[in-house]
Amino acid sequence: MAQLTSVYRTAGLRARPGLLARIDLPRRIVFLAAASMVAIVALLLAFIAWQGIQLFVKDGVSVGTIVSPTWNPLADKGPQFGLLPFILGTIYVTAVALLISAPLSIGLALFLSEVAPNWAKAIVQPALEIFVGIPSVVWGWLGITVLVPFLADTFHGPVVVSLPIVGQVFSMPGFLTGFSWLAGSLVLSVMVLPTITSVSYDAFRAVPQELRTGSLALGTTRWQTIRHLLIPAALSGVLTAVVLGMTRAAGEALAVQMVIGNSPTLPASITQPVTTLTSQITLDMGNTVFGEPWQDALWTMSLVLLLISITSVVLVRVINKRRLAS
Amino acid sequence: MTTTSNPAMGRSAGPKPSLRRKASRGSILADRAATVALWGTGILVILILGAIILHFALAAWGVVSPSFILSDPSRATLGGVMPILWNSIYILVLTMLIAVPVGILAGIYMAEYAGDNGITGAIRFAEESISSVPSIVVGLFGLILFVDDFHWGFSALGGSLALTFFNLPLMTRLSEQALRAVPQEERNASLALGATKWQTIQHVVLPLAIPGLITGIILTAGRVFGEAAVLLFTSGVGTPPHYNFLNFDLTNPASPWSPFRPATTLSVYIWNLNSEGLGAFKNQIVDGSAAILISMVLIFNLGARLIGRLLTRRLTAA
Repeated sequence: MAQLTSVYRTAGLRARPGLLARIDLPRRIVFLAAASMVAIVALLLAFIAWQGIQLFVKDGVSVGTIVSPTWNPLADKGPQFGLLPFILGTIYVTAVALLISAPLSIGLALFLSEVAPNWAKAIVQPALEIFVGIPSVVWGWLGITVLVPFLADTFHGPVVVSLPIVGQVFSMPGFLTGFSWLAGSLVLSVMVLPTITSVSYDAFRAVPQELRTGSLALGTTRWQTIRHLLIPAALSGVLTAVVLGMTRAAGEALAVQMVIGNSPTLPASITQPVTTLTSQITLDMGNTVFGEPWQDALWTMSLVLLLISITSVVLVRVINKRRLAS
Repeated sequence: MTTTSNPAMGRSAGPKPSLRRKASRGSILADRAATVALWGTGILVILILGAIILHFALAAWGVVSPSFILSDPSRATLGGVMPILWNSIYILVLTMLIAVPVGILAGIYMAEYAGDNGITGAIRFAEESISSVPSIVVGLFGLILFVDDFHWGFSALGGSLALTFFNLPLMTRLSEQALRAVPQEERNASLALGATKWQTIQHVVLPLAIPGLITGIILTAGRVFGEAAVLLFTSGVGTPPHYNFLNFDLTNPASPWSPFRPATTLSVYIWNLNSEGLGAFKNQIVDGSAAILISMVLIFNLGARLIGRLLTRRLTAA
């Protein structure tokens, strides 16, 4: 090699890199590995989109059926494929799960980043990692054996709130079986807790220490610093955390399906059974035949799910871009 | 530091009492309440986790035994989970054999080669998209691709490939983080000695990143082991037959070593037992299986920490 180089040099030429070096095989291989993810997403989008539009293309069901409230795939004349119960079910169950989980998770992130001494962090952080690892069927099973019987036993009768003069202000049917919207939301709220916590924690940690000390030096209390400085400064990160939690909750299938009661009607009350996109797919996919309209409706549901998740990826990007811009 | 900038410092620390704005009583109370509430969230998480572990420890008492782990399933008696546990481990190994090399290579690209350009942007977008696609949709994708189009039917290989699709972004991201944590000076020193970029990666960066890579592998494995929704429509649901482990014919679907056979895993089995709801011992079998799953999760987590710490100590001491 060295001799060859000196020969080139004496000839006034620069050594050309060898063929292997010019191809740079390692670079190509690692690039292919990374680019495979683009191929996977493209294929997945194409396949699910193709199957998802069959309900409209092949079966001739009108696109407006997506917002129709009636789901009756087995009706003798004219089965109906209204997807509204599933879409609303997914939105409502996810929303209540976030209402429970977001304040808790953000509080936990603040605890870890601002309040907890090191020994407490050393206990809570590994505990959260174990939370992430608990499989969704195990959460579902816990829901069935612990949460659902608890709800049914404790709140069996209707819940009525009445005032002396005004009379009844609020009433809600009781949990007959315990399988309900609330049970689904509670199970989901525990499942998304680690996601929201860890992303918000990173956002709070990213706020420079000087801002905290500056605020405290002005004589504010720790809570005032958190409320007026940390939360506004980390807002986009916290929003990202909530959107990621929402995505995970909306896409979770088995745990929700196990506790939600699976009633394909519009969600009526938090104590009643409902259904979601994921749980209906899980339940029906095995009972249907490839190519029949009923199964095509399930593919349309999975296309809706896919669109929800891609939208949230874009949403997270928009939120973060605004943070970088400001 | 030795000279005092403020001549008043010697006499009284801090500003004059009249200038100090005392926090109002209300704000101090609010601060106390917030501190209590934030501690409460931390304590709540520990209580929930403790309750879950205790619950399964009690539920599995009298169910999980060597015979439960080592015998074939049965509905009439308290059947075991041996073939199902075998399938879980088989699919885990098969998935990791594909996902770990591809994930680490992709991580190398993202950490060492990727420029700030459109291609990198597209890869990052794909990475984020797969992470956010619901697992059930990835399972359905596997159903079209492997079960229908490739005519594999329900197979362990189809399940493993679908799981690879689903977990590749996680493996890539964890590898990228592990590689980025290697100090730039190490690379510079190697390049200055005349090593090529790939030699630097191979002999300097990768060895230093091993603790992080191992942690990433174990965390990914934990997720693969518990996943059910991806496998429901790819590797199949149902009670496996009795396995003859001396049948090494990989093309024979009856062989437990064959990748082209339906393979129900532990998590799928739990879901299946629950939705069919048959058998007098259903609850005990599910409790026992769930306890095994939770124990594996604990082992994976503690293992990741322990091995990461041991390797870091050894590599930094050497």
